[in-house]
Amino acid sequence: MAVQLFYFLSALAVLSALMVVFSRNPVHSVLYLILMFFCLTGHYILLNAQFLAIVNIIVYAGAIMVLFLFVIMFLNLKTDAEKGQPPLMKFIAVISGGLLLVVMVSILSKVSNMEAKKEGFDSQIGLVENLGKVLYKDYLLPFELASILFLAAMVGAVMLGKREAGERHF
Amino acid sequence: MSDVIANIPVNYYVFFATALFCIGVVGVLTRRNSLIVFMSVEIMLNAVNVLFVAFSSYKSDPAGQVFVFFIMAVAAAEVAVGLAIIVMIYRNLRTVDTGALNHLKW
Repeated sequence: MAVQLFYFLSALAVLSALMVVFSRNPVHSVLYLILMFFCLTGHYILLNAQFLAIVNIIVYAGAIMVLFLFVIMFLNLKTDAEKGQPPLMKFIAVISGGLLLVVMVSILSKVSNMEAKKEGFDSQIGLVENLGKVLYKDYLLPFELASILFLAAMVGAVMLGKREAGERHF
Repeated sequence: MSDVIANIPVNYYVFFATALFCIGVVGVLTRRNSLIVFMSVEIMLNAVNVLFVAFSSYKSDPAGQVFVFFIMAVAAAEVAVGLAIIVMIYRNLRTVDTGALNHLKW
């Protein structure tokens, strides 16, 4: 059952990622991206990472995607306004992306020592209790630095988004 | 040990994450709407997150999941600043097409 679920979620995630890239309307892209995030949340649950599954829904599908949708509706983009790259550039881009995929898969299929840990396997590491202990014991300094990063990002976003005097209105 | 970890080799997660990453690369290279380019960058970030979580679960090491948590925090900050920049570009140029930003091109 879980194995079929893995294949289903993977296929759905790859398809919706393709639709994000190739759909014409930016709003559709955002909706497909939300679908992809929910598929990845399913993957996290299958991998026993329950805390990250919830954080993924709250942060990505909740906050970031709402920000994207808000900006898209704010900007009032016309669907057919995008000219797109010239066909030769598109062809080259798809070829180089495909080559990257082929090279990475062929390299990564040669890597050994990838099997799951047999002795001492702990399925509870993804729970809030264990992750919180690791986060506040071993990673306390990065955690505090992340809050400084958020402060800087907040100040930067407000500074950039602020309307200057004498600027044109939307 | 859960069903997936016992039955699915971690290679499958590696290939899945690689596919997502390459889709993101193709999106960055082919689209000219800077919002879509931005979303493709998010796809690439999430591909890396999947890989981190997969290895963390298969090897029972919580450090990988803590790292994913930090990546999510950085991604949230990045999206806030990036979207503010896109709004400012739209305000000045009335477009979000990356082809319009050619002043630094040779």
